[in-house]
Amino acid sequence: METTNKIRVLIAKPGLDGHDKGAKIVALALRDAGYEVIYSGLHQTLDQIIQTASQEAVDVIGLSIMSGAHLPICEKLIAMMKEQGLNEIRLTVGGVIPYQDIPKLKEMGVAAVFPGGTSFEEITKGMNSLIER
Amino acid sequence: MLKVKDILAGNQRSGARMIRLIEDNDPNVFELLKELYSHACHAFIIGITGSPGVGKSTLIDALISEFRKLDLTVAVIAVDPTSPFSGGAILGDRLRMQRHATDKGVFIRSMASRGQKGGLSRATKDAAIILDAMGYEIIIIETVGAGQADFDITSLAHSTGIVTIPGTGDGIQAVKAGILETGDVFIVNKSDKPDADASVYELQMMISMRKLLETDWTPRVLKTIAQNGTGVKELANAFLFHFDFMKKNSLMDQKRKEQELLYFKTILKDLTLEKLLLFMETSEEYREVLKKIQSCAIDPLSAAELVFNKVCAFEKKLIKDEI
Repeated sequence: METTNKIRVLIAKPGLDGHDKGAKIVALALRDAGYEVIYSGLHQTLDQIIQTASQEAVDVIGLSIMSGAHLPICEKLIAMMKEQGLNEIRLTVGGVIPYQDIPKLKEMGVAAVFPGGTSFEEITKGMNSLIER
Repeated sequence: MLKVKDILAGNQRSGARMIRLIEDNDPNVFELLKELYSHACHAFIIGITGSPGVGKSTLIDALISEFRKLDLTVAVIAVDPTSPFSGGAILGDRLRMQRHATDKGVFIRSMASRGQKGGLSRATKDAAIILDAMGYEIIIIETVGAGQADFDITSLAHSTGIVTIPGTGDGIQAVKAGILETGDVFIVNKSDKPDADASVYELQMMISMRKLLETDWTPRVLKTIAQNGTGVKELANAFLFHFDFMKKNSLMDQKRKEQELLYFKTILKDLTLEKLLLFMETSEEYREVLKKIQSCAIDPLSAAELVFNKVCAFEKKLIKDEI
């Protein structure tokens, strides 16, 4: 059989913010781009996100954050990913992310940031380039 | 690097990665799977099937809780459809089971059907072998939302639960051929809706009309409300009771043997197809035949026969070369 690599992405919403329309629409756009998207739903703890990413053997985690807590959330999640040996999984973040925070996120180890207003094309292009690397 | 001993020790990360390699048709994983096969004979495999939206995932979420109360470890494979247009998929079954995500005794894996018909994905059986070898005592497999002719799950599960909801049709729906003949346990979910008892009655009628031997299992019909857990304890017990019944009446061995034969035939078909595809890609003779069909020099039936004979000869030559 020929190998059939599909990109697997976990779309997760950490914490208490309950706005998941954006996450769902991005999930749909990624499906249409040929990705396998695992949708975890709302109010996920970081531990749930880590375990889900590990069990599902995903290539990318996409966090959707509207609460303003993206800096501490990402910092903690990256530390947990290292601790669990999930080194080959890439972390991306979308949602309400002020532009001045993007360099800080990248410095922490976030592979890509897709703030509100990013087109689907840019998101899938960005995701594809992460995998190819 | 994946190691057999990590998987046998139940390492979730290793198991998850091996399932991924199986799904992606990695050529190196076949040997690993062969080594694991002899260790995969302990788990009780439950299939959960039914139309889209009847509450399969929510029911499995509640079933996990019941089995965990009995201190049984549980693995779930939840299959959702792959888009025939983009090849992508939204895997949203585990969304209903996320409260179990951090329980070390539970492993949940979503799977896209990747073009396979019949309610499962090509990798589902192999994934079940891996999860069994990892030591999970109960493996629950959720099919794609099923239609009347999607019953591949019975070639994989030891016990099949068919989920339905009240008001889905009259008695004639219940006696049709197909999926309803394959159930070991019938579940009328959302049973707080009107006409639940009528649905139970129709299903019981259907079962009572079957000719069953004394050593045959008589399918159970149960009412549940998955959302609040009503009736799910009884459902878990019904599955476990079926498991005991099969073991006592040596039905389990019989089932295992039948399923092993089916598995063997599937693998054989895959391997044969692989050789055929290789021939089609590499053979000059094959391209000649294609040209002849295009120019009407040969009819498609004779052409297929000719190619088949050539593939057999090609394979013989390969074996000779190896010797």
